[in-house]
Amino acid sequence: MYTQALNTSDADDRHIEDAARAAAFQARIDAEERIEPNDWMPAAYRKTLTRQISQHAHSEIVGMLPEGNWITRAPSLRRKAALLAKVQDECGHGLYLYAAAETLGASREELVDLMLSGKAKYSSIFNYPTLTWADIGVIGWLVDGAAIMNQIPLCRCSYGPYARAMIRVCKEESFHQRQGYEIMVTLARGTEEQKAMAQDALNRWWWPVLMMFGPPDQASQHSDTSTRWKIKRFSNDELRQKFVDATVPQAQYLGLTIPDPGMKQNEAGHWEYSAIDWDEFKQVLAGNGPCNRDRMAARRKAHDEGAWVREAAEAYAEKRRHRQVAQAAE
Amino acid sequence: MPKNAGTGKWRKLPNRIEGTVMATPNTPLWEVFIRSRNGLAHKHVGSLHASDATMALQNARDLYTRRGEGLSIWVVPSNAITASDPAEKGMMFEPAESKIYRHPTFYEVPDEVGHM
Repeated sequence: MYTQALNTSDADDRHIEDAARAAAFQARIDAEERIEPNDWMPAAYRKTLTRQISQHAHSEIVGMLPEGNWITRAPSLRRKAALLAKVQDECGHGLYLYAAAETLGASREELVDLMLSGKAKYSSIFNYPTLTWADIGVIGWLVDGAAIMNQIPLCRCSYGPYARAMIRVCKEESFHQRQGYEIMVTLARGTEEQKAMAQDALNRWWWPVLMMFGPPDQASQHSDTSTRWKIKRFSNDELRQKFVDATVPQAQYLGLTIPDPGMKQNEAGHWEYSAIDWDEFKQVLAGNGPCNRDRMAARRKAHDEGAWVREAAEAYAEKRRHRQVAQAAE
Repeated sequence: MPKNAGTGKWRKLPNRIEGTVMATPNTPLWEVFIRSRNGLAHKHVGSLHASDATMALQNARDLYTRRGEGLSIWVVPSNAITASDPAEKGMMFEPAESKIYRHPTFYEVPDEVGHM
């Protein structure tokens, strides 16, 4: 409903910024008021949010691929049902987020096309392969754990539709993290081979998971305005530290070693991690990660091969509309 | 013959490699309302895209009730909703704001009478 109202008033005053309105807008943000779709907002706020929410949506959709890889090979029916439900949730989360992005005036089709053309980004983490079953455990435990750390503050984001979508996503995602940790516990209590598999998965995913929080604070491009607009409540490094502090004891419980020999606990109780290889992060974002091409190819294939379904549904709806018009005329 | 039949207009996104965005035709938008349990009203939960009402209902079931959130779903074409303009909320709701005598606390009842 919001989207369509926006579509019609596209040409008028939307992009003309007026200092008084901008000040009133900032005052509303400062007073912790939520901004709703038809409220006036600076063009840059709209643009930033459209970019952020749609990238978040693309990440959910592409994020179905690494895990979907293991649905048919899950070790038991219980694990299979849980993984299937989790991947369905990721799809749902993508759709809630596209709907939130659409309230800013873009259409879902436009946003999806931007992703398929490679112009829009998605989270770097989904460009890593899932080589063993233990990867599914680590993804739930760490990748979803990191996502939750990042998404909980977004439940209080200044833009109402995004905040509401995040509340729903966070509620559903707690099962994802728990099911991942349960897989890890099972492997950690298993045979030597299973323990080695769990350790290997942790070794491969640890650093890419830390990169999920984005560049270090001094190098982050979007942080200042996003913080002022209360889209962002904590800095990348703050969230990363929170995540590391929460994760170390969980790894210790499993009897697994975090692949960072330099890691140590400081006097304040925080775990200090070694330098992150930001060149790897840049490479993956630039399209040169281990699976970038596979992921894009899989999304394009699904989109193209699903075209006949969209076409058939539209043709059927059109036929029914014609029939209704004809019946009404009789 | 429906104008879309066999034209394959959904089928290809040419120029994708060159990076030109081809707008895929938009599927209609629907608003979803769910009655979470008996005795409660249907409440707006979000929106979705679907070609027709039947698919909108099925998609709403899959998207918004994966954990038993509802007993009944309404789907309404988004463009069938007429909305008030938040920019004019002052004028829109002014008539109620000036009528405090519509609230029970406006009236004084002696304490001896007790709860009323």
